[in-house]
Amino acid sequence: MTRRAQAEPDAQGKPTPGRRESLWPLAMGPLLWVAHFLLSYATAAVWCAKVGGENGSLGGVRLVIGIYTALILSGIAVVIWRGLRKHRFGTATVPHDFDTPADRHRFLGFATVLLGGLSFVATLYVALPVVFIESCR
Amino acid sequence: MDATYLSPRSWGWRALIALPLLGGCSGPQSTLQPAGVDAEQIARLFWWMSGFAILIWGVVIGCAVFVTYIKPRSHDSRVARWLILGGGVVVPPLVLGVLLAFGLSLLPSLSAPAEDGLQISVSGERWWRRVRYPTPSGGTVELANEVRLPVGERVGFRLTSPDVIHSFWIPSLGGKVDMIPGRTTRLSLEPTEVGVFRGACAEFCGTSHALMNFRVVVMEPDAFDTWLEQQASPARPPQGEVARRGQEAFLANGCGACHAIRGTSADGVLGPDLTHVGSRLSLAAGTLPTDAESFERWISHPDDIKPGVNMPAFDMLPAPQIHSIATYLSQLE
Repeated sequence: MTRRAQAEPDAQGKPTPGRRESLWPLAMGPLLWVAHFLLSYATAAVWCAKVGGENGSLGGVRLVIGIYTALILSGIAVVIWRGLRKHRFGTATVPHDFDTPADRHRFLGFATVLLGGLSFVATLYVALPVVFIESCR
Repeated sequence: MDATYLSPRSWGWRALIALPLLGGCSGPQSTLQPAGVDAEQIARLFWWMSGFAILIWGVVIGCAVFVTYIKPRSHDSRVARWLILGGGVVVPPLVLGVLLAFGLSLLPSLSAPAEDGLQISVSGERWWRRVRYPTPSGGTVELANEVRLPVGERVGFRLTSPDVIHSFWIPSLGGKVDMIPGRTTRLSLEPTEVGVFRGACAEFCGTSHALMNFRVVVMEPDAFDTWLEQQASPARPPQGEVARRGQEAFLANGCGACHAIRGTSADGVLGPDLTHVGSRLSLAAGTLPTDAESFERWISHPDDIKPGVNMPAFDMLPAPQIHSIATYLSQLE
């Protein structure tokens, strides 16, 4: 393994992260995934119960879920990008385990990227059924 | 690590001991021996998955052997990092994605209804199956615990349950679909081989869950039509004195409150229709053969054979009467 860079002397010229950081960005990827699942599920369920019927076509629901998916994936991409910027703060490399505000900042960024990646793949998997299944059956 | 684990001789013995297990791969209830279009698709998916699983296992074990035995010294960290990122992060979602897409692409055809073909309704009840066929005359005929299908035709099933969740599964012919109270689920099957197969309940439904099986007979279309016509006809009259007394005893002891025998005054709907029970391949949902002796056992002590069954024991009847009822029922072909 390469020797990892030190934690502190890298923050010159940039504002040092505060001692308290929000955990919301970390949770944002999975929250978007949850939102996508609930929206897709509820839309398809309401359509099939009220409009399509037992054997009806999913019709416009497939397009709507496609739009949800595009929007949510863009949202998750933004979360990942912002996570990457935090992760790349300064010159230190993983695992970002020094007890300093800068390393905590990088750690939260890296964890956000990983959770965002997981959420991205999971959202694609949730959307996949409407690619193949065209009816409420 | 224990060195014997890697000795080829010990592996040889293990393989030899495991060999008899392969016997379970064939038979009337095996997904690995498909006899229907849908089962063939499922078997193909299984073989592709198994092939890739073995390939991935081989690569992982190969890497482990390489770094521990063949080249047990430090490795380039960049290569190692890319290997971990590639094999641990990128490849698994791709493999799972391909499998998911392939599995989903099978779903529409597995549940596609046979719009103009035969539609059979099956209700899973603790612990048997009520099967309704449409007759050529436009009516329906109710049978139990046996499904017969014409070979080469796509048949639709409407599945439901009045009590708890059961499942309808004929591994040789296709996939498994749950039978859910308050809902109608669908399945369609297209058998490609004539033969007798076995169906099972694959959703735990109570004490006698394991005794809720059924025979599936795939027949030539002509033979199927003849069979259905025969099943739709009323029961034949009892043959001989013993069977005649059996019919009297059947009606006198209230059996007709739960069971129907078309052509007689027995018209109960709680239990299985017995109009042609003697022609079935099994009694008590795949538990007993349909000979007179098994009918006697069943009438006397149904709870011994199928714990929790709704049918009460009739062992208070005199033995000759039980014998005559059993003779009568076994004649109902």
